[in-house]
Amino acid sequence: MTSLPIPSPPEPSGTTAPPSAASDPQPAPARPGLAELFMAFATISLSGFGGVLAWSRRAMVEERKWLTPEQFNEAYALCAFLPGGNIINFSVVFGSRIRGLLGAAVALAGLLGPPLILVIVVGAVYAHYGDLPVLRRMLTGVASAAAGLMLATVAKMARPLFRDRAVVGPLIAAVVFGSIGVLHWPLPLVLAVLVPVSIAYSWVRA
Amino acid sequence: MKDSGGTLLTLAGYFAMMSLFAIGGGNSAVPEMHRVAVDVQHWLSERQFGDTFALAQLTPGPNLIIVTLIGYHVAGIVGALVTTVAMCGPTCVLAFFVGRASERFKGAVWHGAVSRGLIPVTLGLTAASATVVATTSDYSWVALGLTLGTALTAYFVRVHPLWAFAVAAVLGASGLI
Repeated sequence: MTSLPIPSPPEPSGTTAPPSAASDPQPAPARPGLAELFMAFATISLSGFGGVLAWSRRAMVEERKWLTPEQFNEAYALCAFLPGGNIINFSVVFGSRIRGLLGAAVALAGLLGPPLILVIVVGAVYAHYGDLPVLRRMLTGVASAAAGLMLATVAKMARPLFRDRAVVGPLIAAVVFGSIGVLHWPLPLVLAVLVPVSIAYSWVRA
Repeated sequence: MKDSGGTLLTLAGYFAMMSLFAIGGGNSAVPEMHRVAVDVQHWLSERQFGDTFALAQLTPGPNLIIVTLIGYHVAGIVGALVTTVAMCGPTCVLAFFVGRASERFKGAVWHGAVSRGLIPVTLGLTAASATVVATTSDYSWVALGLTLGTALTAYFVRVHPLWAFAVAAVLGASGLI
């Protein structure tokens, strides 16, 4: 099942290159068991507010050493490229590379199980107390701050986009923003048109 | 409300479809969640949507957990589970197969073109999400100031989201917002 070499199980023979060649003297990454896998993703999930990326990197690369920094970057780039939640994709990709389908299911269950229970409790509390003026004002504040955090992300992402005096990239971003954020058009409709255009342009320009 | 079976099917259909268009992470689909839940299906009011988003931000775990809250609001615990599976199922299946085949993609020319092409789209979607979230709640000038203040701070300094939320919640509780 584990045909891909992300955290390669220790090879007994010398058929492959010496353990992670040249400058890397570390031993091959350990291959976690299912319980460890579940606990790792549950921990990442419960410590992650907003950005789970930083936590997953710390847990996978620094603390447990299941992935080298390069392996982590490669896996994470792939997951950011796929639709859906990045960290959710990451749990599936990582879990499947460790233990196949079962590993993917266990990692996903670790990631989603605990917050699922928590958020249902939160939902039940909100159903009872959601009309309290104090709570409403607090949540309005939190939503306003969260919008601000997203704007900061936008500004950071936009910097490289404008650097080379490109016109098409910013234009596409502006059209996506206007049609979805201002005109409230359906997401599938807008993306079915603009994603091919954007990819075709970056293909031609390359 | 409609019969519960119909509602569950509607939930599943919308969120399964939406998941495949959530490019660049869970928050990209927030405007679409708003369109479906508030404008089209009237499952939540504007304010409830803003509250739900805030609650999801305050709960540890992936951002996408907001769909669980929407599902819970619409159809209780079963709704929460159905919505979560619908939002995660299709993309997880995709991630599973692509993840196992990804060695073959490495270095392919189209891979780079697709990655670069998705950046402006993600950017536009994130800006749209911020706008939709900001305009849901009872949005005052003070709240706008809080949004812009948080944006500026987070742009120049590394801020832990919990600190930003804590300050915002205190400001809210004190009646300033």
